[in-house]
Amino acid sequence: MSALSLLPARRSVPGVFVALTLTLAIGWLVVLLDGGQLFNQSTTVSLLHVAAGLGLVAVGQTLVILGGSLDLSVAYVISLSTLVAAETMNGSDGAVLPAIGLVLVVSAGVGLLNGLLVTRFRVNAFIATLGVGLLLKGYLDNGYDGPAGTTAPSLVQALGYQRVGPVPVSFLLLIAVTAAAWFALSRTRFGHHLVAVGGDPEVARLSGVRNDRVLVTAHVLCSMCAGLAGIYLASRLGSGAPRVGTEGLYDLESIAAVVIGGTALAGGRGGVIGTVGGVVLLASIDAIFNQLEVDAFFKQVIRGVIIIAAVAVYARRAMRKAA
Amino acid sequence: MSDPPPTPLLTLRGIGKSFLGVRVLDGVDLDVAPGEVHAVVGENGAGKSTLMKIVSGGHAPDGGTVEFAGATRTFRGPRDAQRAGIGIIHQEFNLLPERTVAENVYLGHEPVRRGLVDRRGMLDRTTRLLASIGETTLPADARVGQLGVAQQQVVEIAKALALDARLLIMDEPTAALADHEVELLYGLVRRLQERGIGLLYVSHRLAEVFDLSGRITVLKDGRRVTTVDTASTTADELVRHMVGRELSSYYPDRAAPEDRGPVRLNLRDAGNRKLRDVNLQLRAGEVLGIGGLQGSGRSALARAIFGVSPFTTGDVTLDDRPVRLRSPRTAMRAGIAYVTEDRKGEGIVPRQSVLDNALLASRAVFAARSGRAARTARVRELLAAVEIRGAGDDQEIRFLSGGNQQKVVLARWLALNPRILLFDEPTRGIDVGAKSAIHDLVRRLARDGAAVLMISSDLPELLGMSDRIVVMRDGHVAGELPAGATEEEVVALAVGTVREKAQ
Repeated sequence: MSALSLLPARRSVPGVFVALTLTLAIGWLVVLLDGGQLFNQSTTVSLLHVAAGLGLVAVGQTLVILGGSLDLSVAYVISLSTLVAAETMNGSDGAVLPAIGLVLVVSAGVGLLNGLLVTRFRVNAFIATLGVGLLLKGYLDNGYDGPAGTTAPSLVQALGYQRVGPVPVSFLLLIAVTAAAWFALSRTRFGHHLVAVGGDPEVARLSGVRNDRVLVTAHVLCSMCAGLAGIYLASRLGSGAPRVGTEGLYDLESIAAVVIGGTALAGGRGGVIGTVGGVVLLASIDAIFNQLEVDAFFKQVIRGVIIIAAVAVYARRAMRKAA
Repeated sequence: MSDPPPTPLLTLRGIGKSFLGVRVLDGVDLDVAPGEVHAVVGENGAGKSTLMKIVSGGHAPDGGTVEFAGATRTFRGPRDAQRAGIGIIHQEFNLLPERTVAENVYLGHEPVRRGLVDRRGMLDRTTRLLASIGETTLPADARVGQLGVAQQQVVEIAKALALDARLLIMDEPTAALADHEVELLYGLVRRLQERGIGLLYVSHRLAEVFDLSGRITVLKDGRRVTTVDTASTTADELVRHMVGRELSSYYPDRAAPEDRGPVRLNLRDAGNRKLRDVNLQLRAGEVLGIGGLQGSGRSALARAIFGVSPFTTGDVTLDDRPVRLRSPRTAMRAGIAYVTEDRKGEGIVPRQSVLDNALLASRAVFAARSGRAARTARVRELLAAVEIRGAGDDQEIRFLSGGNQQKVVLARWLALNPRILLFDEPTRGIDVGAKSAIHDLVRRLARDGAAVLMISSDLPELLGMSDRIVVMRDGHVAGELPAGATEEEVVALAVGTVREKAQ
């Protein structure tokens, strides 16, 4: 085999960005024919807001999925975080930082529990995180009937509505978190080890990687990302909302975004950049259908088709690579 | 026995190991000097893999001592052995196909600068490491999944060297390599020797052993038979050391020549990814034994006939009519049955009942409603006929002994009245009593007109049961032997010490 036939490992643009460009182009055209305008200020801003919320969760989800795990508790962590944030602040600007700190500690605690269940107790990640999620659901259902607490006005202003041009601050936060995650994956030992554990736990173990520690860390980071998403939602809504996470389908949508973004559901391959592409793709489809005022059911059907198609395309590629 | 070179790197003394009361290693001594290639040879099941696992920390020995670099060691696991300086290159590579060469080589001990992974440094070091073993064309940032098998092997070796391995164990390193790649491995082995690295080289292929090693240790049935200087021995002598067990057990009478019927299955130049140019005839009424080493294509042959990984080239005729056996289903409908080697994984459904397991094939092949009651009755009869002891038909099959499970699998296939039966290691892991019951059953099927193909690593069984023996090597037929052949003849064909007749 000649050296020329070996491409360096740097990967080409993930397919999701091709799909995203196509979707935006077609969407723009269809909306235009319908007499509307896809990229006006208000639609762009709301698209980016949707993407910011889902994106924060999905970047965290990418970490655990890369490591061969999964987190189904994120939706409940989000709801819990909005409440912790809003109740701690209780409308006071002075309490913003303590509130954010408390949310991160609480969510990290949930992540730690998830991680320990998956590693130490060898509970399947699907079941462990679903169980922890249900635990949180029990607490939320029992303690809250509706919105509670008040988000500090300064946070509502800064994170909920402040913009730089058409770009909300929350989307900039997503970019920052994504950059940090990308950096962690490519430039830290933790990142290298995480991808190795997801790729083949036995190979990682025999190479001296402490698999359990790596996976627990990933779970903690994933939950903290969900905590950040909760803070953001509290700043949008102005209060804590006990069911915002589940009603927003953040658990399954975040997993869908990760998969559409080209990360293998079994772990070991992928990255956060693709995930952000997947998030923006899902948000764009939302925006387009909202513009066209399409039936909500039809919208769900289209999303389903896209998710399945994405996975099928990736599976075919993987097969061709193996052959 | 020759004198060991001075100051060995590794010294094993009296190593013993048992699994579930079965002695797999017994009092094995062995030593390796720096820069020496010490080959370990022996039949399947001689204990080579277990011994290598003990050296590399995968198993703890029951008895004896492991001395490495001047100190007695007890390795708590593979990582422990790695840190001490013992690397092992398995047949199955321990690499991440989605990561780069450098990421694989330094996995677990990535070079760090100011707390961050030093990617440039990692690439440079990998490039230098590869160059030091003569590999200059392999980019350190290539994805491992894109590489050929030979290059992946180089990456594995580099990975071991990055951990400062002083002893490398190579387990069948050429099994997956093409001929021209073997030459590259030879060069690599010599360069490792020059660096003073000791090598334990496990191989079935005697040609390599003679090309590379300084000394050879022969294992048989878990014991060391001898250790010889390679220069002072011959292939024939080695083969004699590897075989030669007493033939003790009883086997049913073979088929008389007049009992052999017409050719049932005929393969002409048949091949696929694992097989090439296989020519073979299987007659009604005979038991055709298939010999050869693991990975020589024995199972691949059975799997190709049964349509699991079908033939892609050549012609197959069944009763003189051309057929295409594209899937197990077509093969079953053509009257072929296959008792697999991996009983637990492919033979039984552990949590289903004995009866359900026995009905599996008939249910799959026949339409759902036709004659269900008759079929069940027939299967119950067969279960009684194969004499399953100590279990009712409704018991979950996982609670049965290996021998009884195998009888259920047999009953399943007999329910289809097969005309061709493929057996892959039919008595592996089965107690002596059940073994001879299965031998009798196999012979009875042949006598009733079935054509039987039987793969076996158990040489006495192969010699005792077969009317003819075909020996496979490297995916093709190495030769055919008549009934009454000796173990030496089979092994010689399997490891390739005798020249094949030009085909």
